[in-house]
Amino acid sequence: MAMWQPEYEALPRHELEKLQSERLVAQVKRMYEKVELFRKRMDEKGLKPSDIHGIEDLHKLPFSYKQDLRDYYPYGLFATPMSEIRRVHASSGTTGKQIVVGYTDNDLEMWADCFARMLIAVGADENSFVHVGYGLGLFTGGFGAHDGAIRIGATAIPISAGNTQRQIQTMIDFGSTVLCCTPSYAMYLGETIEEMGLKDKLSLKAGIFGAEPWTEEMRAQIEEKLNIKAYDIYGLSEIMGPGVSYECEYQCGMHVCEDHFIPEIIDPDTGEVKGPGEDGELVFTTITKEGFPLIRYRTRDICSLNYEPCKCGRTHVRMNKPHGRTDDMLIIRGVNVFPSQIEEVLLKVGGDVTPNYQIVVDRVNNNDTFEVKVEMSEELFSDGVKGIERVEKTISENLRSTLGIGPKVTLVNPKSIVRSEGKAKRIIDMRKLS
Amino acid sequence: MFIKQLSIFVENKFGRLEAIIDTIGKNGVNIRALSIADTTDFGILRVIVDDTEKAKKCLSDAGVVAKATDVIAVYIDDETGGLAKVLGYLTEEKISVEYMYAFLSRDTSKALMVVKADDEEAAEKALRLKGVEMLNPENL
Repeated sequence: MAMWQPEYEALPRHELEKLQSERLVAQVKRMYEKVELFRKRMDEKGLKPSDIHGIEDLHKLPFSYKQDLRDYYPYGLFATPMSEIRRVHASSGTTGKQIVVGYTDNDLEMWADCFARMLIAVGADENSFVHVGYGLGLFTGGFGAHDGAIRIGATAIPISAGNTQRQIQTMIDFGSTVLCCTPSYAMYLGETIEEMGLKDKLSLKAGIFGAEPWTEEMRAQIEEKLNIKAYDIYGLSEIMGPGVSYECEYQCGMHVCEDHFIPEIIDPDTGEVKGPGEDGELVFTTITKEGFPLIRYRTRDICSLNYEPCKCGRTHVRMNKPHGRTDDMLIIRGVNVFPSQIEEVLLKVGGDVTPNYQIVVDRVNNNDTFEVKVEMSEELFSDGVKGIERVEKTISENLRSTLGIGPKVTLVNPKSIVRSEGKAKRIIDMRKLS
Repeated sequence: MFIKQLSIFVENKFGRLEAIIDTIGKNGVNIRALSIADTTDFGILRVIVDDTEKAKKCLSDAGVVAKATDVIAVYIDDETGGLAKVLGYLTEEKISVEYMYAFLSRDTSKALMVVKADDEEAAEKALRLKGVEMLNPENL
């Protein structure tokens, strides 16, 4: 059972906890000195770094939130001088304002190691060709996979996202063996390859898929269409990017790289820590990150943790696939979408009146469809067809530039969007994912 | 001389047009002229009715978006070239027609056309100066 860093991945539990404690104590001390917001929150709780002796004190520490990243945008939460920041990544925020994170040399090494662990777990080695079909850019997906591939000595194919014909041609010509992309795109690639009758020409063995929710049925279909084994990966920009946790060859939950990230499950309402196996909100503390560390970051993802030993020999805890959110965020085609972003766009178009709207998401042929229904109003209506089409187009274009993906905009009758107890139902998600 | 036209948003949905027309009729408002502009996603129903205010109110109560617009209804000699002559007056003044549709005329020797120009005021003025007869709202 190959591991990239067995000295950490299979570290006996009590030693791992000792390591976590040391790292946590040091991280808290460092952040208290360097990060103003963290110091303020500690002071408010009457806590000093000396009160934190190890992971048993983790629950005493203050939470951090996505809103913090917006309030201190762009660099206010960084814990090193910018001269030590080697790279930044960004992701869309809830209000149209992006959030930005930064990595030092050590952070980038650590990230590459985490992704390398996954690559080794899925059977990759220096002879592999890693096809990076995640977007290479400010989005963390692409570079995480790219650096991980280089780290294990494999050949990286940084093709980035899009252009399906070229993806397939490259996959065949270059001999890609590990495919990294979103599961819905893997599905689409698989269908196209099937239609083109090119399945036999592929050298693919494994696929690493993440950044959006997917089901076991999808996994089975992707495996069948591409003739691979499909693995799930989890990550978020705020914590690091892809590779925070990943599936091993036994595919029974995702191992969290616990020597770097301590997970907790809490009750989202009370903040109380929940026990192993109990569902709740996933919270992460980064104990080695230098550039952009976070203590008890609320991911809003709902899942549970399994501390039972895994057959693979890794001692790191397994989280199950997140199966919900504590907020109203939607993940559509791999992109985070918040209803508040849509509201803001509509407010501008509607002349300071937010028209009533509804988001309809579905999955047709394994691709997400995204429609925004907007109720017609006196403000939006005009006598001419052109005027109304202009309204539709303006909404659609503004949404595209704010969200990064463009929905189909449909104007509907006033009061036709169903309201319950006076409140319109904003989101209809018809994708069957669990 | 302007008359009021009611423009109504029609969602592209089965039975929608019938429901709107029925609402107008049930409220005792008579439709004198009608035209529909359709796109793939929605339609705009344009009507001239004998009581615009009443129609607007009953539609609004029924959750239908309707807007009143000023248009002109022009009498045209029912003979070859009659319409061309009137349109010629507008072209001379560089006025563009956005849409037009026929109106039921009570005078059998004349056709009646609703005309919506890009500049409705200029169109009204141009035609008035040429002595073109227009429908008086009182005769709706």
